[in-house]
Amino acid sequence: MAHSARRDSPKLPDFSLLKRLAKDQLVYLLEQLPGKKDLFIEADLMSPLDRIANVSTLKQHEVDKLYKVEYKPIVSTSDQLCFLIRPRIKTVKWICDVANADKAAGRFRRYKIIFTPQKFYACESVLEEQGLFGDVTTDEWSFYLLPLDDDIISMELPEFFRDNFLAGDQRWVRTAGSTLHLLHSIYGPFSKIYGIGRCSKMVYESWREQVEEEETKARQAEIGNVFLIDRDVDFVTPLCSQVVYEGLVDDIFKIKCGCVGFGTDATSDKNVKVMLNSQDKVFNEIRNEHFSNVFGFLSQKARNLQTAYDKRRGMDIKQMKTFVSEELKGLKQEHRLLSLHISASETIMKKKTKQDFQEMLKTEHSLLEGFEIRECISFIEEHIIRLVSMIESLRLLCLLSITENGLLPKDYRSLKALFLQSYGVEHLLTFANLKQLGLLVEQQPGETLTAMESKVGKLVNDKTAGKLTDAFSSLAKKSNFRALSRKLNLVPKSDEEYNLRVPRDMAYIFSGAYIPLSCKLIEQVLERGGWTGLEEVTRLLNGHEFSVTGLLIRRYICREIK
Amino acid sequence: MSFITANWNPLGDAFYRKTELYDMCWNLRDSGLRDSLVAAAHYGGPIALLREPQRRSPSSRPQLEIYLASGISITSFPWKSGPVVHIGWTVTDELLCVQEDGSVLIYNLFGSFKRHFSMGQEVVQSQVLEAKVFHSPYGTGVAIVTGSSRFTLATNIDDLKLRRLPEVPGLHGKPSSWLVLTQDRQTKVILSNGPEMFVLDNTSCTPVCPPGLSPQYGSVVHMCVSFSYKYLSLFTDTGHLWTGSSNLQDKLSIVDTKKKTTPNQMVWCCRPQSQQLSVVLMWDRLLLVAGICGDTIQFPVDDPCVLVGELDGVRIINSTNQDLLQEVPLVCQDIFKIASMAPGALLLEAHREYEKSSQKADEYLREIKEQSMLGEAVRQCVEAAAHEYDANTQKSLLRAASFGKCFLVDFSPDQFVTMCRELRVLNTVRDGAVGLPLTHTQFKQLTLQVLIDRLVYRQFYPLAIEICRYLKIPDYQGVSRVLKHWASCKVQQKDLSDEAIARAVCVKVGDAPGVSYSDIAAKAYECGRTELAIKLLDFEARSGEQVPLLLKMKRSQLALSKAVESGDTDLVYTVVTYLKNELNRGDFFMMLRNQPVAQSLYRQFCKLQEQETLKDLYNQDDDHQELANYYITASYREKRLETRLSVLQKAVDEFNKAKNEFAAKATEEEMRLLRFQRKLDDEKGAGLLGLSLQETMEVLLSLGLHKHTEQLYRDFRLPDKRYWWLKLKSMAEKHEWEELEKFSKSKKSPIGYLAFVDVCMKSNNKSEARKYVSKVTPEQKVRAHMVIGDLEGAADAAIERRNDSEMGAVLSRCSTADCLLIDRLNRARVSASKK
Repeated sequence: MAHSARRDSPKLPDFSLLKRLAKDQLVYLLEQLPGKKDLFIEADLMSPLDRIANVSTLKQHEVDKLYKVEYKPIVSTSDQLCFLIRPRIKTVKWICDVANADKAAGRFRRYKIIFTPQKFYACESVLEEQGLFGDVTTDEWSFYLLPLDDDIISMELPEFFRDNFLAGDQRWVRTAGSTLHLLHSIYGPFSKIYGIGRCSKMVYESWREQVEEEETKARQAEIGNVFLIDRDVDFVTPLCSQVVYEGLVDDIFKIKCGCVGFGTDATSDKNVKVMLNSQDKVFNEIRNEHFSNVFGFLSQKARNLQTAYDKRRGMDIKQMKTFVSEELKGLKQEHRLLSLHISASETIMKKKTKQDFQEMLKTEHSLLEGFEIRECISFIEEHIIRLVSMIESLRLLCLLSITENGLLPKDYRSLKALFLQSYGVEHLLTFANLKQLGLLVEQQPGETLTAMESKVGKLVNDKTAGKLTDAFSSLAKKSNFRALSRKLNLVPKSDEEYNLRVPRDMAYIFSGAYIPLSCKLIEQVLERGGWTGLEEVTRLLNGHEFSVTGLLIRRYICREIK
Repeated sequence: MSFITANWNPLGDAFYRKTELYDMCWNLRDSGLRDSLVAAAHYGGPIALLREPQRRSPSSRPQLEIYLASGISITSFPWKSGPVVHIGWTVTDELLCVQEDGSVLIYNLFGSFKRHFSMGQEVVQSQVLEAKVFHSPYGTGVAIVTGSSRFTLATNIDDLKLRRLPEVPGLHGKPSSWLVLTQDRQTKVILSNGPEMFVLDNTSCTPVCPPGLSPQYGSVVHMCVSFSYKYLSLFTDTGHLWTGSSNLQDKLSIVDTKKKTTPNQMVWCCRPQSQQLSVVLMWDRLLLVAGICGDTIQFPVDDPCVLVGELDGVRIINSTNQDLLQEVPLVCQDIFKIASMAPGALLLEAHREYEKSSQKADEYLREIKEQSMLGEAVRQCVEAAAHEYDANTQKSLLRAASFGKCFLVDFSPDQFVTMCRELRVLNTVRDGAVGLPLTHTQFKQLTLQVLIDRLVYRQFYPLAIEICRYLKIPDYQGVSRVLKHWASCKVQQKDLSDEAIARAVCVKVGDAPGVSYSDIAAKAYECGRTELAIKLLDFEARSGEQVPLLLKMKRSQLALSKAVESGDTDLVYTVVTYLKNELNRGDFFMMLRNQPVAQSLYRQFCKLQEQETLKDLYNQDDDHQELANYYITASYREKRLETRLSVLQKAVDEFNKAKNEFAAKATEEEMRLLRFQRKLDDEKGAGLLGLSLQETMEVLLSLGLHKHTEQLYRDFRLPDKRYWWLKLKSMAEKHEWEELEKFSKSKKSPIGYLAFVDVCMKSNNKSEARKYVSKVTPEQKVRAHMVIGDLEGAADAAIERRNDSEMGAVLSRCSTADCLLIDRLNRARVSASKK
């Protein structure tokens, strides 16, 4: 992701427009409830909101106090309460509890719920059930996209994946469609749209529907190509450990909404929140570098800085004056960032150069290449037994399952048993969910699979069958990773030395072990101008590919940045 | 042409003219308009006649007739309801018939009954004496005065709110005259009772005295208000006509008409920017136009007629023809007045001479150009054309304008072009067959949209579409709208089969933008044609639109699948909620079963809202796996151990049914673990309950409960690896180094000995760690040495194993101080690579 250093790449559309739009709309919504009010914000909306409107903007529009939604009784003295939430039933129920408690206490307040990015009927029906439909006013803040950087925009909807792929709840599809529509209406028509995956196709259709509902004006296209890719097309990429600087920072400090909180280990003083984007010049240069290069770069940078500082010596008063007024501030800033990133790198070094991490990388690479699987399994076993990290154990298990097209029943059972003993029996549910998603499955004897397919096939005679099969697809789906990897040459041959300093392909982000499937797909489709020639690949990916010309490629919307 | 001023009559400094609009096509037998209730709608709307409303016997009922403004009959039928007091038209061309008992019946243009409403219960007894239909910015209203002399108002019949006005002191029976006016957003009644006058509003009844109307003029017997509610005129029993503002603040004039009898009808005749306002009064034999300047014009009348006040004049309808009486617009005066020197007049003359090929044309043109008035002249001609009713006059004016335009540079042709188009449309709708005698001023006020609506109400669909296309109105507002109306009307044709109608609609409407098939289908359903509605819904491209109607028609299955198809989950959810209330549980679940999308949506909802339903849902589907998962989740909500165990037992049963032996066994073990933890918590207060097996053992070990640990190890058949790891960690943490050593020797370690080195180093015990380095397998030797920081040992091991990458790894850890070592390693590497 992030910046394209190529000189011939076209200029980026101005994504700050999205921010302005969202801000204006929020202000308008706040003004709709005149007078002082307390604002309750859902926890996962805090950071995105911060990027759109800061506290002083909110205060300007008569927001008195800010609270986080914590699902507890509230302690507000205001007569007007405003809730800024995602359309989730749980939150709405909590608001109902708040309102009902006030009623019982004989307290009169005004309540307003602002749903973002849209409201759902289900939420409103909760209000109705609780008899509060009239007491609580609702509104929508159509804040669909948050520009995280000059060239990354995100919907910031983490539950999309779970709802859509696990629960089969397609309510966000329309939201994604509206998002495309928003882009389309701001940045003009897209010249071409490519997509793969059932969900992408539905998103595309939903968007088309919305476009057709209104009259279109011909205008300059700022966005060329659009790619829609289902997450389940490429599970492998997010399952691998990242070894570029930005990825490691994310692993250790967690980047949220383009913002990272460096803990005390990385900085001398307490928590520092830093925005990580291309505005940060130091970060911008190292974010996509393999970690092994980062130190060299940073020390070079430090030397440059020193020379720049050293310029002071031998200056006369006048020169000194211009130096102080023009350069010093920039240098100071750079200095600060540099020291921050250096200490962050040190922390990363401490954690990641340990033997464990090295072995985990080795295991991942073996899994990707399909060598020494037994050793990998025993590594994973040990990993589970020693309680190294639950998430990483699961990640390795999933990677094993996907690359090996499911686990052997014997391994599946023993690994699962080990895991349950380590982390508790409640993870039976975790495994059930992973199985449902096709992330961690048992190898099926051939027959069972065809039985399932024919069952699905029988239902394929009415119109809705497409959607029906979708519900089963995760069950019937084979991951086909090996075949894909051969076809698209995703795993570079390991016998050659991989030069991480001058990478020859995208595999550098995984130390030369793997080229991300989604990126490879985009490359291939762009080279061919469509899916022709990739029939075998799309078949392996379960089909649902489409491309539409005459509409709108360049950036793709990162639903999930890993 | 030259006689264009022939019908002009001077009134003060203005002129009034009477233009014939139509020879009426109707054939009103001998009685004509006499003995009928007549209602003629404004803006050239339809005319309704209720003939001989007094007739009440069943054998001879009054006849209700509806005509276009040109007298073409639309419908006629005998009146079978109660006695009618008053009839009037609404702004949307619907006929209101106010009955004596206070009920108001609404009919459409084609005489079909729409609905009715009542003006209040008390009216049934007291009866309506008089009623008036009036128009205000809020819509069409009805006012009545009852036998008990009370007034009741409904300001907007589409949003019925009855208002009973306060009592008028001293009023018995009906007042001598009254009317309704809208002022300052308030609807009031002005009435006269003998010598007194009152204004009635919502709360009060105020006596008023119009300025300058002293008692000597007698009492008011008739009154009327202007089209815009701006002016009021009062007629007294001494024959005087008082005119003034309708708020009774200013007087305009008092004119003596010298007629003592009360006029049959009195109507204001004015236009926007009138020079000379006037009131038209009509008696049996005389039509009098009384200007406020005091001048009058008289027209003889020999046939009973009806006056219709319009925005810019008065229509006079009698049994044979219809005229428009209006003040001649200033621009027409300027052009046509004899010997006028106005630029427009000169231009018209110039063009006339030009047509005759006379050089005089040039002279006239020069004259205009010298005064640089050519632009003005063109504008005048165009404007005058708008006000002329005769097509030839329009043409000559427009030709003159076009001629004048040729001599102008930079003159925008927009006004000219628009006018030509609009006049063409107006001339078409004025045609007797369409019968909408609109003036240009009225047309502008009415707007094109409304004109098209009116054509649509009259079912002139092709003409309406032609006009939309001709004036290039965007499809959404134009053609599509007309088609929608057409289709809604089409589906009501009872004589055609469903199939034929559906086909006809599809062919005509096609995929015109903005026409919603679901709306048309809704109409069909309203008319009781469910099958047709379903056929029409099939044409609807947006499946979301089909859903509400399908639900209404109780086609829930279809509605659900359409909702799913639409991809709009809100819609699916709506249908699901509806079905939930509508169907019994079994049917509801069965239906969901066939719609996985809807089912998963409903499950999501149940997970958050109705856990119990979720269980039923899984039960219905025999989904034992999910049911078991449900119990597992539920077990965590139970506080008491016994209930928790019983819930877990249910989970075990379900897992067994689902043939998931693994999960069943895991759950059973969990139950066993819980019991074990409970026992130990009771005995030793270890706080184990709820921990995982591993955590439990860790706690046990740290508490030194080795026997219990052993027991768990055996009971749960823990892998040796895990057991060794646990022991190892716990001993190292407690620094039990001797124990550790003993343990390492108890049997061969299943986890190797590197782990021993690691745990020792974690506690920074290098000497203990060293003990185990020798035991490590050859492959791990180098690593083991490096862990304890013994570079030399590592180097030896690596050299011994001749492993290049290991040597590299050791090299990378060497600092500059270890130059000897580096040297050795490098040499070993070289020799290793040679071999």
